[in-house]
This record gives sequence, structure tokens and C-alpha cells, in this order.
Amino acid sequence: MDGRPVQLQVDDIHLSFGGVNALMGVGFQVYKGEIFSIIGPNGAGKTSMLNCISGRYHPQRGRIVFEGREITNQPPATRAEIGISRTFQNIALFKGMTVLDNLLIGRHIHLKTGFLKGGIYLGPCQREEIEHREFVEDIIDFLEIEHIRKKIVGTLAYGLQKRVELARALALDPKLILLDEPMAGMNLEETEDMVRYILDINQERGITVILVEHDMGVVMDISDRIVVLDFGQKIGEGTPDEVQKNPDVVRAYLGAEDETFLGR
Amino acid sequence: MSVNHCGDFKQTYKDDMRVLQTRFIRFWVYGFVAFLYVFPLIASTYVVSLTNMIGIAVIGALGINIVTGFTGQISLGQGAFLGVGAFSCAFFMNEWGIPFWLAMPMAGLVTAAVGMIFGIPSLRLKGLYLAIATLAAQFILEYLFLHLEGITGGSNGVMFPSPQVGDFAFDTDQSIYYVIITVAVLTTIYTTNLFRSKDGRAFVAVRDHYLSAEIMGIHLFKYRLLSFAISSFIVGIAGSLWGAYTQYITPEHFTIAESINYLAMIIIGGMGSVLGSIYGAIFMTLVPNLLSYGTSVLANVWAGAGDLIMSLKEGIFGLIVVLFLIFEPDGLAHRWKLIKAYWKLYPFSY
Ligand SMILES: Nc1ncnc2c1ncn2[C@@H]1O[C@H](COP(=O)(O)OP(=O)(O)O)[C@@H](O)[C@H]1O
Ligand SMILES: [Mg+2]
Repeated sequence: MDGRPVQLQVDDIHLSFGGVNALMGVGFQVYKGEIFSIIGPNGAGKTSMLNCISGRYHPQRGRIVFEGREITNQPPATRAEIGISRTFQNIALFKGMTVLDNLLIGRHIHLKTGFLKGGIYLGPCQREEIEHREFVEDIIDFLEIEHIRKKIVGTLAYGLQKRVELARALALDPKLILLDEPMAGMNLEETEDMVRYILDINQERGITVILVEHDMGVVMDISDRIVVLDFGQKIGEGTPDEVQKNPDVVRAYLGAEDETFLGR
Repeated sequence: MSVNHCGDFKQTYKDDMRVLQTRFIRFWVYGFVAFLYVFPLIASTYVVSLTNMIGIAVIGALGINIVTGFTGQISLGQGAFLGVGAFSCAFFMNEWGIPFWLAMPMAGLVTAAVGMIFGIPSLRLKGLYLAIATLAAQFILEYLFLHLEGITGGSNGVMFPSPQVGDFAFDTDQSIYYVIITVAVLTTIYTTNLFRSKDGRAFVAVRDHYLSAEIMGIHLFKYRLLSFAISSFIVGIAGSLWGAYTQYITPEHFTIAESINYLAMIIIGGMGSVLGSIYGAIFMTLVPNLLSYGTSVLANVWAGAGDLIMSLKEGIFGLIVVLFLIFEPDGLAHRWKLIKAYWKLYPFSY
């Protein structure tokens, strides 16, 4: 990516669970402001890679550097504080809470009022709460979920929950957002909305996006660059065009269906 | 003022974020609090005494609800933490001559420190395993109450001096009532506010989905410990007030039975609910007392059966608690919400 600084550097990640090698020496760079996709068949290690970046898994070997700072052994909360946020393949919202409360928890790292002033509420705490409520309302506007802001998340339809999870990740005001299959299980219209949101997040808010997604149409359309994983190894990397032409990728990942895939 | 709003028409976020949303509710809540302050003038000493017990139970229940109901860490050490508060408050007053008004918050801090120490296992343990660790705290502290005779007076216990302002001593049910009820009101306000601000929300997030909470930047261990600390501080205050109320404290009162009593309170009232803590405290204080009253009346009518009925009392109380758990598993606060929702929309059920 011409001229853009490297924001995330992932070097030689090895991750295994007992006998299962989820990742074997995977490395790549993500440039500031790009949409970077990780693709590969089921079980290739995509989610594991996101988990290493967000801190849920700690790789046995390798290094992860975010904006010049090594985070390989940092806990997830610290990574959130320095600007990494994510959504999950299986929705991981606070199901018993309202949409608003979910988003306000997303503001956690930006809030300053602790339990002493918080318990008094009046004064600084109230001002802060209102200010952050406004921030959260902006996101609610942006993702068009005004009508459900006071609904309990667990009662919402699947597609809406996915959107709320994206909203919560945005509430952190991250520099880098990791999206694990944000369109999975969505209908065409919901998918189109989601694509639009991702593009806006990237272009208008300037947030770097790492996207894991199975919908190849979407991936090829919106990604700046793509890395392809298979059985825990990197088998290809490049622009959508380069990846589509890469014979290893075509053989390993696209297999017999390459005609339908490449012929779009 | 009998018109209830059935929609959301808030003009500002500030209005939208109020705890007491309608003028109707504000009227009743402020009215109720005002009533609390004239109550001892019209109630009998027995009723005031009962209300004192309820007030202390409200504070203690709010305390344990913070760590157990709101943060999801079952604490079986409540009884002992009440004891830590009571004994340290008595110690500060008796040995160091510190006035109650300062000794009480100091006792709260001591209890918070003790609570945090016994909360350290939450670094590694969750759920029932953590509950067992707090059970160990209960037994260790009970042992210390009996054997640190210099502080606790051992099994004899210690005198608990009455709080004083100048020459006036709060040494009657009527006078200590004002201290208890004021602290209970303040604790209720504090807890309500806590859970609409940063740290309180973080507690609930840790309870509901700790992996997500972490991804949101919430440091789990910090918040698990903080929850123990705030909870124990409040429980220590409740213990101090218990001392001021009974004027004499012995280790007997601060046993595992008391821990279970408080757990039952928040389960019956509503886990993770401020109102639930209050309902549970009222319920668990009133029912045994009403049962005592009822059985003593019965024993008079049915002479000779006094012992039998007295022993039934415990069983009946247990049965009521169990029936509650079966038919109201979400607690009284939840039931109240349903009733309110029903009346709000009445007579239109949609
Ligand atoms: N927590 C875990 N415990 C054991 N095995 C795991 C765990 N997480 C992932 N794996 C294994 O690692 C491999 C990669 O999984 P994953 O990263 O979820 O793949 P993808 O997201 O590409 O479908 C799979 O074989 C999976 O079974
Ligand atoms: Mg996956």
C-alpha cells in the first residue's frame, strides 16, 4: 500500500491446541486505513488469527505489533484501550441488557468517573454520561437502530443483533476493527446494508478493517488486500485480482468451484 | 395525577436518563422518604425496632447484591463480613476513642480490605469454586472472632457504645432509627447511581459475558476485586449499624446462617436489583417475625403445643422460601415490574 504506514504487524504466528495446529507460521502486515480480508475454508484458522490479535488466544510463537507497540502478551482489555475492537462469529453481546447499555459499555475505556463520583452521579458523572450518550446516539443513528435502542438485546432478530454488535465495537472508537463473518446468516438486503456500513466505517471514520468473510462477492468488492489461509498456513496474499489469479489459492481453496467463483 | 404515560416522549437525554421517570413516581418516592422520617413518631417501639432491623438488612442486602447479584460472584462470607464491620467499629470506638461517625466508615474500609483479600481467588476461580473460597473466608473469620479476644472479646463479645452527638446518645430504638434509615437511604441512592455509571455497568458486563467485557476494555480481575471491595465496605457499614442497634455484639450473630439468610434475601427480592434488595430485606425480616407472632398466638389458644408449633416455625419459613424460589425464581422485583407493566397498559393489553 503505497505510502501508508503499517498499523499491524503479525509475524510467524504459531498456535496449537493440544495436537491441533490452528496456525503454523502465519504472518502479514495491515496498513493504516485499509480493508484487509482474511479468507479460507472452514477450520483454516481465521477466527484463531483474530483471537490472537484481540488477545483472546496467546500464540505459542510469533509476534504481534500494533502501532509500534508489541502486544503479543498483552491482555485483551489493554488492546481495547489502545484502539483494537472486534465483533464475534457467534454473537457475544450482553443479552440481558438494552442496546443502549451494550453501547455504553463500549464507551468504558473513554469514561473517567469511577465508583466514588459515579455513586454520587450529580455533577461530573452526569455531564460525562450525557456526553457519552450523545456519542452512542451518533452510532445508533449511523447504523439505523434508533427504534430498538431500549430493547433487550436477547429479544432482537439475528440480523439486528449483528448490527448491534458492530455498534458496540464502534462505541470503543477504535483505530482497528476486527469483523468475524459480519454477514453470516444475513439475507441479501441485510448484507448490502452491512457492506455499506463497513465501507462508511472505513472511509468516513478512517478505521482500519480486518474482515473475515465467506461471501466472496463482498470480499473481492471491498477489500484492498486479502490473505488466504488453509489448514493454518498462509497460501496467498495480495489484491483481490492477484488472489483470484493465484494458482495455489485456486487449487486449495476454490477447488472445483473456481469457475463459478472466478467467473463473476 | 392519575394519568400515566404509555410512550416515550423525552425531550433531552438528561430527562431520558432519570431514575424516577414520571412526576407520579417522584411524588410517591419523595413522599415515602419523607414519611420514613416521621414514622417513629407514630409507630410503636416494637414496629420501630423491626424497621431498624429491616433498614440494616436493606444496607447489607445492597452490599451482597453488588458482588453476587450484579457481578455474579456468589459470596458465602456475608455473615463474617458483617462481623468484621461490627467488631472493628467497636474496636475503634472502645480502644481508640474514635467517634462512631468516623469509626463506621473506617470499619467499612477495614471490611473492604478483608473482602478484597478473600476476593483474590476470583483471579482464578468462578462460580461455585469461588463460592467455596468465600465459605472458607467465613470459617476463617469466625475462628478469628472467637480467638482474637483482644479485639472481639472472644465468645463473650464486646460492648458497642452508642453513637453520640455532643451529649445526645442515639441509644433508643427511636433515635438510632434515624441513623439507620439515613444510611439506608444514602446506600440505596449510591447503589442506584453506581449501576448507571461506568464501574457499575462494568460489574454487570463481567457477570453477563466476561469474555466480551474484556474485549470492551474491562480489566476482569480489577473489577472482580473492586466489586468485593465496594460490597464489603457497605456490608461493614451494615455491621457497624447492627452493633449500634444491639449495643452488644458477640460472634454468634455472624455465622454462616447469617450469610445464607442474606443470600436468600437477594434471591427472593431479586438478584442484581436495587429494589429487589429492599423487598428481600423486608420479606426476610418480616416473615419470621410475623410467624413468631402467629405461633405465639396459636400456642396460647392451643395450650401445651407451644414447642411443637415453635419448631414448625422454622419449617414453615423454609417452606415459604422454597415456594418462592419455585414460583418467583426472578424475585419480587421482577414480579413488581410485571404488575407495573400490566397497569401501565390497562385496560389495553397490547
Ligand atoms: N479453543 C479451541 N480449542 C481447540 N481447538 C480449536 C480452538 N479454537 C480453534 N480450534 C481449532 O483450530 C482450527 C482453526 O479454527 P478456526 O480458527 O475457528 O477456523 P476458521 O475460523 O477459519 O473456520 C480448527 O481445527 C479448530 O477446531
Ligand atoms: Mg471462524
